[in-house]
Amino acid sequence: MTAISPISGATPAPDLSVLTVQNLTVSVTTEMGAKPLVRDLSFTLKRGEVLAIAGESGSGKSITALAIMGLLPPNVAITDGGVRLGEIAISKLPEHQMRALRGDRIAMIFQEPMTSLNPVMTIGAQLVEAIRAHTVTSRAQARLRALEALRAVRLSQPERRLDQFAHELSGGMRQRVMIAMALALRPQVLIADEPTTALDVTVQREVLDLLRDLQRDLGTAIILITHDMGVVAEMADRVIVMQNGAMVEQAATRTLFAQPQAPYTQALLSAVPRMGSPARPAPDGAIVADLTDVSVRFAMRGGVLGRVSHQVHAVEQVSLQIRKGETFALVGESGCGKSTIAKAIVGLVPHSGRITIGERALSDLDSAGRKDLRRQVQMVFQDPMAALDPRMRVGDLVSEPLLIHGIGDAALRRAKAAELFTRVGLSADQIDRYPHEFSGGQRQRICIARALALNPQLVIADESVSALDVSVQARVLDLLRALQREFGVAYLFISHDMAVVENIADRVAVMYLGQIVETGTRAQVFTNPQHPYTQRLIAAVPIPDPTHIRPPVARLSGDVPSPVHPLGQGPLKLHLTDIGQGHLVAR
Amino acid sequence: MSVAVAEPIRPAGPIRRLMRRKLAVLGLVVIALVLGAALAAPWLVAYAPEEQMFDGLTLEGAPMPPSAAFIFGTDLLGRDLFSRIVYGARTSLIIGVVANGLSLLIGTAVGLLAGYFKGWIGAVLMRFTDLMMAFPALLLAICLAAIFQPSLWIVAMVIALVNWVQTARVIYTETSSLATRDFIAAERTLGASTGRILWHHILPHLLPTIIVWGTLGISTTVLLEATLSFLGVGVQPPMPSWGNIIFENQTYFQSAPWLVFIPGAAIILLALAFNLVGDALRDVLDPTQRGRG
Repeated sequence: MTAISPISGATPAPDLSVLTVQNLTVSVTTEMGAKPLVRDLSFTLKRGEVLAIAGESGSGKSITALAIMGLLPPNVAITDGGVRLGEIAISKLPEHQMRALRGDRIAMIFQEPMTSLNPVMTIGAQLVEAIRAHTVTSRAQARLRALEALRAVRLSQPERRLDQFAHELSGGMRQRVMIAMALALRPQVLIADEPTTALDVTVQREVLDLLRDLQRDLGTAIILITHDMGVVAEMADRVIVMQNGAMVEQAATRTLFAQPQAPYTQALLSAVPRMGSPARPAPDGAIVADLTDVSVRFAMRGGVLGRVSHQVHAVEQVSLQIRKGETFALVGESGCGKSTIAKAIVGLVPHSGRITIGERALSDLDSAGRKDLRRQVQMVFQDPMAALDPRMRVGDLVSEPLLIHGIGDAALRRAKAAELFTRVGLSADQIDRYPHEFSGGQRQRICIARALALNPQLVIADESVSALDVSVQARVLDLLRALQREFGVAYLFISHDMAVVENIADRVAVMYLGQIVETGTRAQVFTNPQHPYTQRLIAAVPIPDPTHIRPPVARLSGDVPSPVHPLGQGPLKLHLTDIGQGHLVAR
Repeated sequence: MSVAVAEPIRPAGPIRRLMRRKLAVLGLVVIALVLGAALAAPWLVAYAPEEQMFDGLTLEGAPMPPSAAFIFGTDLLGRDLFSRIVYGARTSLIIGVVANGLSLLIGTAVGLLAGYFKGWIGAVLMRFTDLMMAFPALLLAICLAAIFQPSLWIVAMVIALVNWVQTARVIYTETSSLATRDFIAAERTLGASTGRILWHHILPHLLPTIIVWGTLGISTTVLLEATLSFLGVGVQPPMPSWGNIIFENQTYFQSAPWLVFIPGAAIILLALAFNLVGDALRDVLDPTQRGRG
């Protein structure tokens, strides 16, 4: 395969297409016969171009990528049309020839870098193996190339990384390794399937910058598969929008965002949460939840005797108040402790400090009091499928809180479940179905209905819309707002998505390493961010506007400091200073 | 404000859906036949199972192959094999169902509690399970059976007491992973009691595993009983059980194969029948499998 020379960035041939997809139809074999997943898809990819395939879950965008790579699952096959890489019809190649091309001329990176790396091989060994699978070189030379690839993706301390294992790296570093692996052989085409979806927003920024640099320097053509229109706007030259397995629109990125033709594209773009929504007055009701100096620490045991040697300071002396009828958002990146606060409030993890719900402090309650308190605070989880017992009928799930708290008889509970179903926009005659018979958005509605069954004062929404498609996400956010108006419920809204937070929140607190670094009303935090971390978070959000020119921001290197401290030591407590009208910033 | 709701639509009860599966019905028929035979044993057989008949041996003193008089042949002592198989069904059913069921119960309870509570409860329970595992089961069974006066029920208890450990291990692992799932956390935030979580939200998910181990356990326990009987600490002769018929006669396998084949086939048939029913039951009871055949 080395006979095919690696492409050189020095001689770009602008209009040369490297990949042609012609009338591609991919079908899955089911008991009811063949069912098409991708229908009659045609496009070409030019050298050095970034083509985005955008669409919601089930649109067939990932299946298209797998079909191009020849990695379709066993019961799925190309039933019509084909894929050409240069002059080779790769969809007709036998597996052993395709294997030689894969990695060498066409490479792929996946959403979840942890599962794509072999956990029992060092990074270096995996890179060397990938290189030596396609080129005849010595182990030492392959190692040099591996090192070069790690440098190219700007991984810190590349020499050390070669001898590390996947679990020793952070998510962003792992994705860099995946990109290094994909690019070590300088393929002509790189398929990136949701490469940044599992990453934090600042890490996403770095990975996107990196992909763009590589495309520019090496002339690699990239197919970027994503559901995030912000990423599309920032990265792509051209966009294909897919829906239900078919292409609904294809256009240059600027044209598509300026004048979307297909109704579906218009709907998709209008559902994208954008920064800069109009301000609304923050509600000033009674305090529903009051947290004072709340800390959550997890013990890490070490040594022969299993004594506690270190502690993870997941949440460190956090104070905040949530008022009736308001939406209080906690934002921050993974591991900052925002979900741990939620778990402490609902009593899933032990805490120190004082949490007061209504009039009563959590720590003063006996078990009956704690059970009673559950009626006041409810939680909606991130993944609705995981949060619903798959063996129970949804009606029973929604009315279960009433059963647990001994409210009403079977007939009343059933009627209440039906009523809640209609309230969250589902049909009352669906209550005898099982969770797997619903779509993701519907399942989240079921979770919301369950959370509302006891008329709580506070609902904690832990990344509750993160797993949903944008159009579904927009509808669920609308529903949350409508329910807030109707029931006067307060939300603690936990999210990593700044755009969503900016849309729904009344007040915002930004968390970093277990502490709040900035808090205030939405307008204060978003229009006048003071803490450097807040500024970085806001700047990193991809903006769904291709004409937007990103101001140059210094690229960060190095890792987030660790929240693990030896016993008896801890992080310095940040002191928040009021810079005016309740806008608190850590100095 | 209330909304009128139709009565729950229950398309077909689990029993009806079970009856739609041919293999499951076949299994049920076999189980019913064995059960019926065990209950009606005195009316089914022509000779008492312990009766050593002069006619039951050839002139050379060898057992007789199946014939019109003795449809399953006779054994070394001239006893009618058919009678012994029919009466043996009683023993084997008690061992395979009662002893196995009891061991499943113990194993599930231990695994469930250890897996959900972790902490010191889990540590104590699981270390005890490991201890039991490390002990050779047969040795333990011999010790227990030697201490107590051997009888059918004692043998059943002994088998239950040594056989629960594997089930406990498997249930423990599964419960530990279920306990970390979001829907369990969701139940806890709703204020559900521990009992409710274990009974309504964890146990139903363990049913497939329990059923698989239950059906696998039938042949294991029947054979364990046979081993104990062979060693003289199980069911006391002349009382027949399918296992001890095999063990009594295995040395004559070459000259009188039916003495091993017929009780062996009976064990396989019973285990297979429970397996078929168990398999179908697992699918029928799983709501996520509905409509997937």
